[in-house]
Amino acid sequence: MTWAAVLLTALGCYALKLAGWSLPSGVLRHEGMQRAARLLPVALLSALVVVQVLGAGQSLVVDARAGGLLAAVVALALRAPFLVVVLVAAATAALLRAL
Amino acid sequence: MRPVLSERSQVQRQALAIGVAVGAYGISFGAASTAAGLSVLQTCALSLLVFTGASQFALVGVLGAGGSAVAGVAAALLLGSRNAMYAVRLADLLGLRSWRRLVAAQVTIDETTAVAVSAPPGLAGHGFWTTALSVYGLWNLATLAGALGAARVDTGALGLDAAVGGAFLALLWPQLRGARREALLGTLIAVVAVPLTPPGVPVLLAALAVLPAIRGRS
Repeated sequence: MTWAAVLLTALGCYALKLAGWSLPSGVLRHEGMQRAARLLPVALLSALVVVQVLGAGQSLVVDARAGGLLAAVVALALRAPFLVVVLVAAATAALLRAL
Repeated sequence: MRPVLSERSQVQRQALAIGVAVGAYGISFGAASTAAGLSVLQTCALSLLVFTGASQFALVGVLGAGGSAVAGVAAALLLGSRNAMYAVRLADLLGLRSWRRLVAAQVTIDETTAVAVSAPPGLAGHGFWTTALSVYGLWNLATLAGALGAARVDTGALGLDAAVGGAFLALLWPQLRGARREALLGTLIAVVAVPLTPPGVPVLLAALAVLPAIRGRS
């Protein structure tokens, strides 16, 4: 039964991914749809960031993660390179937890 | 016109860093999955074949809590549907054909999309494939390590959870210029939805943020 669930999930998740890749190109000919497709990752990934940083199951929590993200924002505003931003976020959160 | 080398290595660095940050969660997944009663082989099969973290955690979460296989699969598919939306964008951006598209579909996830869409012109494909390699490799190795009971890495103490958020934010940052309204609206929808919907759904609902753009002019 568990194997069936594993394989069905694999098939279903792959089908979902492939469906997006197989959308007829005509759908994206409409200018508004093309704009929406271009903006979609930005909207979803913004939501992902906030859920990753504030989410704890079905509640919102402001903890060391938020501190890390705030530090990342400062680093980005100062035009720090990618790796520095990631390290600053991690180090800040680790430091806040160690305090 | 070939992209300059430094931009190329910048993209590669992003791919590796996000692989390391996200890969660490593979250890948590491996541990969570075996704790939920799945075998090591089933756990590794999930990471190899499903390869989309949120769905994997959802399935083993439901099974571990004594839920039915049907409920577990349904939750996993619901969470996996955002990859379909990423794929629509990537199909337009990368324009792959035949077998390449079949391979690309399997590695269409948050991380590969984030790097591909934020890469400088001409490097989207390079960003997509290097991130795919880095995340696929590290996620699966880490899953195996976690399933075999590797000493639990304390992701919190290392700040790895904040590193993942920081990495996604850094990739998003340059794109916010032309999409401030969508980013803000998406964030707002997610925050409102977190207490009201099961985990994973808030991110899906954020897709509604692009509706005004379909009709609007900006």
